[in-house]
Order: sequence, then structure tokens, then C-alpha cells
Amino acid sequence: MDVQKIRKDFPILAREVNGKPLVYFDNAATSQTPVQVIDTIADYYKNYNANIHRGVHTLSQEATDAYEAARQKIQKHLNAAHPYEIIFTSGTTHSINIVSNGYAQLLGEKDELIVSSLEHHSNIVPWQMLCEKTGAALKVIPMNEDGVLLMDQFDKLLSNKTRLVFVNHVSNALGTVNPIEVIIRKAHAVGAEVLIDGAQASPHIQGDVQALDVDYYVTSAHKLYGPTGIGMLYGKESALKRLPPYQGGGEMIAEVTFEKTTYADLPHKFEAGTPNIAGGIAFGAALDYINAIGIKQIATYEEELLKYATDKLSKIPGLKIYGTASKKTAVISFNVEGIHPYDIGSILDKLGIAVRTGHHCAQPIMDYYQIPGTVRVSFSFYNTLEEIDRMIEALIKAINMLQ
Amino acid sequence: METIEVAQEEIIEEFSMFEDWMQRYEYMIELGKSLPLIDPRFKSDDYIIKGCQSKVWVHADLEDDKLVFTADSDAIITKGIIAILIRVFSYQHPNAILESGTEFIDKIGLKEHLSPTRANGLVSMIKQLKMYAIAFKTQLN
Repeated sequence: MDVQKIRKDFPILAREVNGKPLVYFDNAATSQTPVQVIDTIADYYKNYNANIHRGVHTLSQEATDAYEAARQKIQKHLNAAHPYEIIFTSGTTHSINIVSNGYAQLLGEKDELIVSSLEHHSNIVPWQMLCEKTGAALKVIPMNEDGVLLMDQFDKLLSNKTRLVFVNHVSNALGTVNPIEVIIRKAHAVGAEVLIDGAQASPHIQGDVQALDVDYYVTSAHKLYGPTGIGMLYGKESALKRLPPYQGGGEMIAEVTFEKTTYADLPHKFEAGTPNIAGGIAFGAALDYINAIGIKQIATYEEELLKYATDKLSKIPGLKIYGTASKKTAVISFNVEGIHPYDIGSILDKLGIAVRTGHHCAQPIMDYYQIPGTVRVSFSFYNTLEEIDRMIEALIKAINMLQ
Repeated sequence: METIEVAQEEIIEEFSMFEDWMQRYEYMIELGKSLPLIDPRFKSDDYIIKGCQSKVWVHADLEDDKLVFTADSDAIITKGIIAILIRVFSYQHPNAILESGTEFIDKIGLKEHLSPTRANGLVSMIKQLKMYAIAFKTQLN
């Protein structure tokens, strides 16, 4: 893997911020976009912009073909059995809401749902709303100090009342890789379905939905070098067929009369309205891009960055890293004693270094550690060891200013 | 006590002397350390300013017919921002606080050099100081 060559594919990495070369360490929030993906979007609008699926003309056909080809790329990437098991959405949050809204008609008061304590708010709030609507109970798998789920506690929560378990593949706040294979197997053993939020895992780990035997797997394109506003919901054919549609509108119908409307087949049943066509096609281009490099190669390199940065950060006096699981992606959450994470983030920004500060939409985790938030650095395969050195140098400067 | 306008002019002048934003941040951190601290019993949720991502507590009291502000925050740069506001608005008559503009914030470029969350917090802080002015104005009448 030639990092310098890869960096040239990302025009934004050449820009300056506050007079300093940009160091972009906020990849877990949004990854940057390679020129191949940007060109795909431009090419669509320059050459074949049209509404899809219903048009009779050439442009519509070309746009439809490209959009459906992108769906197949996602199918292949995740090893789904059928392309129609891939539903285009506006992103992970939308994907989760499709399932949670559908479940509103499938749940009763005696039913239970299980969530992990490592979740992003987007994988908590829709389910809380669902529980309010249906009277179902929400149970939480606790975690330990390392940010690892307590699986013996999970065993105790499971019962024949459990209808659905939803866990992220990787924690966005801490980087913990969760044992989803075990979670899926055990949930299935009591007859529950499983939804895995793959938003943080997708850029680092290749999910094989058939091998995992997962019922729903969701992610966003902008976490894996695609554009914002597009994502996907994978659902097993049997699961998606049972799930009622989420939004009504055009595209999702088979027949409409004022007496009764019948819904379209998968995937259109869940794709009401004109979709983000350019986004979907660009999602496919982003997968082409990372697959040309290889997710395994990417993960190996990112692990090197993670180890290097962890070692360097650990040497800074008063610095505490949150999330010390043995299996982690390239995310480090930390605080420095006596300094608010916002202050560190502000100074780093002035020095050209983009990090995330705050609760990372995972307040339950912050509550567990009794902290207002953390500084989070997250790496991608276009980052370098030199950039980590610059971040460490800037961090030491910030600490000296702030203490 | 100087007027609000004079205090604002002074801050604009001080900020114009720095070459870059690192220096201005250093200055704000210094100001943060000199913030007139709130009595710990007022560091409760009743006195917290909503809209700030870091915690900010502000308390106001009347001394004769002037409002006196004390505050605290868990983040030092936020303390610096509130220290600037308190320098401008403390020891002023509630009417003067209500009538004053806040253009000096734009003039020192504070808003665009803050993160979006902090800029929102700044707006909330000013709103809160003016709310205190309204509350105490009725008390004076």
C-alpha cells in the first residue's frame, strides 16, 4: 500500500487549515472522499442525470443501470444472497428507523429488546420511541472499564421474550470491536432477530452477512469514502418481507387505487420517492475504490497507526485512554487530567489538526466513565505516522497552554 | 466605572494587537483564569446556561443599581469568553446592558474563530446576561 500515492487521490488532504497543513483525524465522523468518487458524482450530473426505474428514455435507462449496478456492488461487498436485500437509505439512522418503525406493528407489551451500552444515540433513540409506542421493554448489555461488553450479562438478558437485539459492530466512541458472531448466534437460539450497526466497522472490517447469518446490517457511505446522505439497509429476504413499509409514496407501490394500495416487491417497498441517485452510484464507486486497495491491507495499516499513536499518547503524563479492548479499530478516545476536551480540540484546530470532542453521540458511555466527553482521534489509511507526530507535538503544546 | 461602549472598544483594541489566533487563545485562557468566580452554591443546574456544550454557570446580583456577574465553566476557553462578556457587562445598570449592542464580538472575530457549538454557546451566554438585566430591571422599578 503506497500511502503517498493514495493521499493524492484525496484533494482535501492538500489544503491548509488556519495556515497549517490539514491533519484529518476525524475519520470516524466522516471519511474524506477520493477524486474517483467525486468524479463519479460529477459524471452523473454532467452526462446521465435522470429519474430512474420509470423512464422510457436513454438517460433514465443509463441512470437506472448505474444505480442498480451500485446496489449489486454493495450486495457483492457484503456477500448478500440477493441484490434486492440491499435497500438504499439516506444513511445508518434512516436504515435503523425503517426497521424500528416496521417493528412497531410486530411488537407487543410482553416483548423485550436488547441493546448494548456501547451504542450511538441513533441506535438507542429509535428503539426507545418504539418501546414507548408498543410497551415493549428495553434491556441493556452492560460494559466493563475497558469498554468491552459483559457477555455473561447478555446471556442473562436473553429469553424467549427477546424479539430483537441491536448492537454496533464497532463502537464509535471507543473503537471496541464487539463479538457480533456470538451475539447473533445466541440471539437466534432464543428466536430473536439481530440488527448490526456497521457504520463504524464498514471502513475497517468486511462484513459477510451470510456468514454472520445476521438479519439486518446497516451502514452509511460517508464513513467509507462515499458521499453523505446515502447509506444502506441489508435485510434477509424473509425479514424484509415481514417488515411493513416505512414511508409511503411513489416507487414503493405496485398498484394504487383509493380503495387499496399494494406494495412493490423488494427493494422498492422501502424506497419511496426519488432516491439519492448520484449518491447511490457514488457509494458503489467508493466500494470499488477501497476494494481495489483491499480492506485487509487497509486494516493492517490502520492497526499500525493505532499502535503507534496509542504508544505515543500513553507517554503523555495525565493522559487517560478510554476504550482499551484488545480488539479495536483505529479510534482513540482520551482525556488529559484537569483539561476539558473542548479546550484541547479548539487548540488542536488552530494548529491544523481536526479531531472530534464531546460525547460522540454516546452519552451512556460518557456517563459510565463519569466524564463530559473525550477527545477522539480516528485514523484512516491515508493518514501517516508523521501526522501522528504532528498531533502529539500540537497536543503537548495545547496541554502546556491549558494547564 | 467606564461605559459598556468604552469597555468594548478596549477589548477590540486588545484583540487587534495579537498577530494570530493562537495568541488570542492564550489571552482568552489568561482571562479565563481571572474570571470572577461564582459562589459554589450557585454552581447548580438552576444557574447553568443551556446551549453550551461545556458547562457554564452564571449568577447575577445587584450592587446599588448595578448588576454584578460571577460565573464559572468546566472549560477554560469558555471561561475566557465569559470573562470577556463579564468585563463588558458587569457593574452596569440593567438598562445599559439591555440597550447595548454586541457588535464588538463580530469586530474581534470571536464568532468565526469559535467552533459552531461554542459560537452557539456564546449567543446563549449573551442572552442569559440580558435576561438577568430584564429580571433585575423590574426589581429596580
